[in-house]
Amino acid sequence: MIPLSWYLILGAILFAIGVASFLIKRNIITIFMSIELMLNAVNLTFVAFAAHWHQVSGQVFVFFVMVVAAAEAAVGLAIIIAIFRTRETLNVDQVNLLKL
Amino acid sequence: MNPSPNFNLWLIPILPLIGSAINGIFGRRFSRTLVSTIALVFPGAAFAYAIWVVMQFAGLAQSQIPHIERLFPWIEANGFRADYGFYLDQLSLTMLLIVTGVGFLIHIYSVGYMAEEGGYYRFFSYLNLFMFFMLTLVLAHNYLLMFVGWEGVGLASYLLIGFFFLKQSAAQAGKKAFITNRVGDFAFLLGMFTLIQHFHTLDYDKVFAAISRMPIETGVGFLTGSALLMMVGATGKSAQIPLYVWLPDAMEGPTPVSALIHAATMVTAGIYMIARSNVLFLHAPFALRVVAIIGALTALFAATIGLVQNDIKRVLAYSTVSQLGYMFMACGVAAFSAGIFHLMTHAFFKALLFLAAGSVIHGLGGEQDMRHMGGLRKLIPWTFWTMTIATFAIAGFPPLSAFFSKDEILWKAFSDQTHGSWVFWLIGWITAGLTSFYMFRLWFMTFFGERRQPVHNEREEPTGGVHPPGSGRADAGRQSGVQHAHSAAAAHGDDGHGGHVHESPWIMLGPLVVLAIGAATAGWLGIPEALGGHNKFDQFLTPVFHTSSEPARSAENFASEPQKSESPEENKLLELELAGASVAMAFVGFGLAYLFYFRRPELPDRIAARFNGVYRMLLNKYWVDEAYYATIINPIVNGSRNVLWRTVDVGIIDALVNGAGAASKGLSSVTRRMQSGSIRSYAGWVALGAASVVAFMIWMELHP
Repeated sequence: MIPLSWYLILGAILFAIGVASFLIKRNIITIFMSIELMLNAVNLTFVAFAAHWHQVSGQVFVFFVMVVAAAEAAVGLAIIIAIFRTRETLNVDQVNLLKL
Repeated sequence: MNPSPNFNLWLIPILPLIGSAINGIFGRRFSRTLVSTIALVFPGAAFAYAIWVVMQFAGLAQSQIPHIERLFPWIEANGFRADYGFYLDQLSLTMLLIVTGVGFLIHIYSVGYMAEEGGYYRFFSYLNLFMFFMLTLVLAHNYLLMFVGWEGVGLASYLLIGFFFLKQSAAQAGKKAFITNRVGDFAFLLGMFTLIQHFHTLDYDKVFAAISRMPIETGVGFLTGSALLMMVGATGKSAQIPLYVWLPDAMEGPTPVSALIHAATMVTAGIYMIARSNVLFLHAPFALRVVAIIGALTALFAATIGLVQNDIKRVLAYSTVSQLGYMFMACGVAAFSAGIFHLMTHAFFKALLFLAAGSVIHGLGGEQDMRHMGGLRKLIPWTFWTMTIATFAIAGFPPLSAFFSKDEILWKAFSDQTHGSWVFWLIGWITAGLTSFYMFRLWFMTFFGERRQPVHNEREEPTGGVHPPGSGRADAGRQSGVQHAHSAAAAHGDDGHGGHVHESPWIMLGPLVVLAIGAATAGWLGIPEALGGHNKFDQFLTPVFHTSSEPARSAENFASEPQKSESPEENKLLELELAGASVAMAFVGFGLAYLFYFRRPELPDRIAARFNGVYRMLLNKYWVDEAYYATIINPIVNGSRNVLWRTVDVGIIDALVNGAGAASKGLSSVTRRMQSGSIRSYAGWVALGAASVVAFMIWMELHP
């Protein structure tokens, strides 16, 4: 059987990749995808712990996260489309009207 | 207090307050008729109610006096309690009648006097406000409430002195009065604190009961200390040395104000307070002696200044200071009832003098300098005759009022074994002569001889009191103005400025006549036994003061003290002799004034030239104002400017405030860079924070 630590390490790696690409990338859609990546890294740790401790609450949390992520994706993509229609760019550095 | 009926005493002060509030808030839109109606109705109602209270008071049993009405607890803290309540005994009853009666008459007079002035509603609002505070002062049943009235009359006085606030000198005089009074008030406060410290209460009845259980202080103890502090408070309000300087300058206010506040009522507050505290002062003989000395000195000092003043109101002002000195002296020789008696007669004749002087000023269109008056006897006969009664009254001619009250004081000063002294009598006697002289000087200069024209090129402002140092030049000009005025009198006819002298309207003359009757007859309340009377006034007040001015009875009261050597008959003879001496002194004053200002009007100038130094000293009021400037005011002003303003305020307080501002500005110029507005940098900070939390927790795991 694969030990718990492997799952956790994989989750940590995925999360770190998500954070790094969130900070580095300029494209809004890529940033969006890196957020999804972080969420799913957390989901992976949840299910790993749930399987290890034989408890169902971890699984339930994952469903919640997936629901929220789906809703977020719907709203987020709509915003992105709206931004693209008005600004004709997806570069976050150029979407800076509120910046001082 | 339950068997005692409820008089609703609170109505008396509250009525003028209502009038003041209505006029003060809405008066601007009212017509003058409405304003004066309101201003008269409320004090008039207070007066009527006071008379009703007097009639009820007569029905009270001895055990129900003092009559105390507590309305509600006002201050309660740590065992100390002060109620909002009123205290009615013979003394406050007398004061109540004086304040409401004379005050009401002056209100009537003001309607005529102020008819042409701006700020009509404001004036009457202040006047009613003054009545409210003065009534609070005399009716209060503890020192703290009295102090409320005490401060309140100070405020009203300030407002009214500075009524013509566009005039620089009036505004200055108002400030001067306020600040000078504040010095006295501070001492009064300290006196109250010492009383609280020892008795834990300020209610009259409790404090006096506690004091009367204590032995009479022979040295200087806490009773003497608090009595002296109280006395300093009284010197401020009642214009005694060393705090009298504000009163002459207070003449900047409209004349009815001078009559009401600075002659008849407010300035008597100090006398009232000392008389009210008679138990305290009788237990502190040293303080009592100081009161007598201050009173005697003030009487003499102010009278000498009054001799040479040329402004008609200013003469009366110094006369007021002098007469208040008499009252102080009376209190100082434990003749409290005589002091209050003189206070009452003084209220009549001095209010009358001021109102008559106001009528003269009004008739001459604002002229206040006596050197520009003269020969007014025929032109304003009503004013002349009422003024004549008042002048003869204040000079002490029998049977007018001040003869009795002043003689009572002099007799007590001479005869009281414990507190009196022939020195006080002598000073009072000389002062009586001076009083007679300067009053008849005023009388002759104003009403007799030829009308003198104003000397235009020498025209200095008539009431220059609040001079900074260096006002000597103006006074020098004033001096030469005397000669010019006299020589000009014959040369010019009755033309030009102020040529049409007119008698005042009836609304002004009515109060004059009523006051004249009072000034003539008020003294008959206290005809001493030596003159065949019964001294009803003294007997009326005896329950308050526990002493009587009749020597026979005081000998009974203090049986342990050395008996008088004279029998009552000899005493009466002596009293008659002293009265005769006073009358003679009054005649001397009259004769000298007649000689100087009627028969040989050139004499005063020659005497002034002969005794130039003395004359200038008196004309400049002993340079007291200048001395105060040099010793107190200028050091304070300079100290405030250089130390408090430039060093403390600018150097420390402003520096602290500005430094705090600069420091936070410098700090934020660094930290503001963190808030860049870039989401990704915020996310980076969040990630960094999360990472460091995780790292910290891992590290904690590894090093338990």
